[in-house]
Amino acid sequence: MSDPEHVSHKRNAKPSFLENMLKEMLRLWRDASFRPLLMQGIVVLLVVMLGVWVINNTMNNLEHRGISTGFDFLSQEAGFGIIQSLVAYDESHSYGRTFVVGILNTLLVSGLGIFFATLLGFLVGVARLSSNWLLARMASVFIETFRNIPLLLQIFFWYFAVLAALPHPRQSYALGDTIFLNLRGLFLPKPIIEQGLLPVLVSCLVAIGLALLLRARNRQRRVATGKGISGAPWYMAALLIGIPALVWHFSGASLVLDTPALKGFNFRGGIAIIPELGALLLALTIYTAAFIAEVVRAGIESVQKGQKEAAASLGLKPGKVLTLVVIPQAMKVIIPPLTNQYLNLAKNSSLATAIGYPDLVSVFAGTTLNQTGQAVEVIAMTMAVYLTISLSVSLLMNIYNRRVALIER
Amino acid sequence: MLKSLKTVAALGALAAAGLAPVASASATLESVKEKGYVACGVSTGLPGFSNPDDKGQWSGLDVDVCRAVAAATLKDAGKVKFVPLTAKERFTALQSGEIDVLSRNTTWTLTRDASLGLNFTGVSYYDGQGFMVKKDLGVKSAKELDGASICIQSGTTSELNLADYFRANNMEYQPVVFDTSDSTAKGFDAGRCDVLTSDQSQLYALRVRLSKPDSAVVLPEVISKEPLGPVVRQGDDQWFNIVKWSLAAMINGEELGLTSGNINAQKASADPNVRRLLGIDGPKGKGLALDDDWSLRIIEQVGNYEEIFERNVGAESPLQIDRGLNALWNEGGILYAPPFR
Repeated sequence: MSDPEHVSHKRNAKPSFLENMLKEMLRLWRDASFRPLLMQGIVVLLVVMLGVWVINNTMNNLEHRGISTGFDFLSQEAGFGIIQSLVAYDESHSYGRTFVVGILNTLLVSGLGIFFATLLGFLVGVARLSSNWLLARMASVFIETFRNIPLLLQIFFWYFAVLAALPHPRQSYALGDTIFLNLRGLFLPKPIIEQGLLPVLVSCLVAIGLALLLRARNRQRRVATGKGISGAPWYMAALLIGIPALVWHFSGASLVLDTPALKGFNFRGGIAIIPELGALLLALTIYTAAFIAEVVRAGIESVQKGQKEAAASLGLKPGKVLTLVVIPQAMKVIIPPLTNQYLNLAKNSSLATAIGYPDLVSVFAGTTLNQTGQAVEVIAMTMAVYLTISLSVSLLMNIYNRRVALIER
Repeated sequence: MLKSLKTVAALGALAAAGLAPVASASATLESVKEKGYVACGVSTGLPGFSNPDDKGQWSGLDVDVCRAVAAATLKDAGKVKFVPLTAKERFTALQSGEIDVLSRNTTWTLTRDASLGLNFTGVSYYDGQGFMVKKDLGVKSAKELDGASICIQSGTTSELNLADYFRANNMEYQPVVFDTSDSTAKGFDAGRCDVLTSDQSQLYALRVRLSKPDSAVVLPEVISKEPLGPVVRQGDDQWFNIVKWSLAAMINGEELGLTSGNINAQKASADPNVRRLLGIDGPKGKGLALDDDWSLRIIEQVGNYEEIFERNVGAESPLQIDRGLNALWNEGGILYAPPFR
C-alpha cells in the first residue's frame, strides 16, 4: 500500500534547478535525433583538437630545435637555374617563382599525358575487341606488357632508350634547316608575330564561332529532316581557314620564324622540347593508356549485345555503331574509373624527379626545400598543389559524368 | 616521389616528436649507448667518401669519421649503422633524429649552420667545385662553356655556385638536375650533358664510374670553397664536442706521427703532446663524458687522418687525389686541429 500523503507532497514540491537540468539532459540523451548529432559534434571537436595539437607541437619542436619557420623565404632570391620554364624565369627570381615554374611544368606534362593517354587508350581498348585476330592480340600484348611493369622502370627505360638513340648536337638529325633533333632535345622554329596580331586572333575566334553555328544548324536539319546540309564539313573548313587567311593577308601582319641554330655546344633560339619531357610523357602515356584501354574495354562490353545488333539491323556501318550507339552508352561506365586513371597520371608525374624533368617535386620540393631547409612549409605547399589538381580533375570529370548520365533515355 | 616519401615520413616524425619528453642536453650520447650503435648518414654511394662494397661493407673518408665516433663512444669502430641519404634527404634525416651524425660530403655554409637547427663540427675535407667535360669537346677552360648543358645533383651548393659563376661570367647554361650522384654520372655518360659539375673530389670519384673514364677530363678551374665536414643537431653540446674532437684526434694523430701501427708502442713515449693525446696525462676523457682511452682507440681502430686519406681517396685508392689543401698546416696545406691540452 502506498502512502497517499507522501505522494501528493512530492507532486506539489517544486523540482530543484539541478533536477530539471538532469531531466532535460536525460531527455535529450534519449532523443533519437539529438544523440547522433551530439556524438558527431564530439568527434569533430576531437579531430579539430588533434589537428591544432599537431600543428602547435610541430611549431614548438621546430622552434626548440632552432629551425627557421614561416613563409618569408618565398620572396628571397632563388639563385639556381631551371632548364624548362613556361613563364619567364632566371636565377634572380624568387623561390616563390620556382613554385609557379614547378606547378606549370607539372600541369604541362600531366595535361599532355592525359590527352595522349586517352587517345591511345581508346584506340587500344577498341582494338582489343576487334574481330581482327592479329589486331586484338597485339592490343592484348600491349596492355599486359605495360600494365605490369613498374612505371619508374619504364621511365628510366624510355629516358635512356631515347638518349641512346639520339646523336650529339653536332650530328643532329635535321629536317630542312629549321627542325633539329639531338641528345639535347627537339628544336623547333618559334613563330614571332611582329604586328597585326590582334585582328588575326579576333578573326580566328569569329571563324570558330561561325563554324560552330554551322554545325549546330546542320545537326538541327538532320534531326528534323533526316538529311544534313550537303558538304557541311567543307564549308566549315573553308570558314576556319579562309577568314583568318584573308584577314592575315589584308591586315599586313608579318610572321617571322626564330629558327634554332647550332652555336657553340648547343642549338640556340626556337622552341626546345627537352628529352626529359619526351621520355616522361612517353612513359606516362603508354603506362596509363594500358589501364585506360582496359577501362574502355570493360565499358564497351557492358553495353548489351542487343544494342549493337539493333543498330546493325538498322543498316549502320560498324564504325557508326561504335561511335553513335555503343560508346555513348559505355561512357557512363567508363568515366568513373577513367577519372581514377587521370588522377593517377597527375600524381605519377612526380616520378619526373628521377630523370631530371623540372616538375614541382623536383624543383620546389627538391632544390628549393634543400636550399632553404624549410621542409614543413615546402612539403605542405606541394601536397596542397597535388590535392588541388586532383580535386579539380575529379570535379571536371564529375560534371562531365553528370552530363553523360543525363543523356540516358 | 619515392625520395620525398622519406622527407614526408621524417616530417611526420618531427610532428609527433612532442610525445617524447623534450630532449635533454646529453640525449644523443645516452641514446647511442643504449642503442649500441651510431646512426650515421652517408651518401647513396660515392667512391672514396662513402661507398658500399659487394658485401654491403661501407668504406670511405666520411665513413671513417663515423667509425671514429663509434670507437670513441662505444669502444668499437664497427658499431655504426649507415643510413644512405640523397642530398635532398640529408638534413631532414638529421633534424628528425633518424641519424646521430651526418657525414656525407656536406658543405659548411651560413644558411645550413644558422637556420636548419644543425651545427657543423669541423672540416674533414677541403674541397672546391670543378667541372668535368668530355675530352673530345676540346675544352681547356671553364670560361669556354657558354651555352653548355650541365649535369648536376639536386639540392647541393653546386647548383647555386654554378648559377653564380655563369651569371658572373655572362654565360648561358642549361641545368639538367638529377636526384643522386649516380644518375648524374649516368646522364653525363649517356651524353645528355656536355659538362658534369660537382665538388672536385666527387668528379674524380664519378669519373671512375664512367664507362670510359679516360674519355673525360677535369678542368683546372675551382669556382668555390667547399669545406666538407660532419654535422650534428643543435642543442646537444656534449655530442657536438665528441664528434668535433673525434675528428681533431685523427688530425692531431697525424701531426704527432701516431699511426694505427705504432700507437701501442708510443704509449711509452715521453713526449707530453703524445701522452696527452693518448689520455695518459692531461685533460683525458672526463670533459667529454668518455673514458680516457677514447682517442687512443680512434687511432688504433680507424687510423690517423693521413691513413684514412691515403687509403680512401689518396695514393692507395683508385681516386689518386693529392693531399693539396688537405695536407697539414705545417706541410703546405690548411688542415689544422685545435690542440689536446
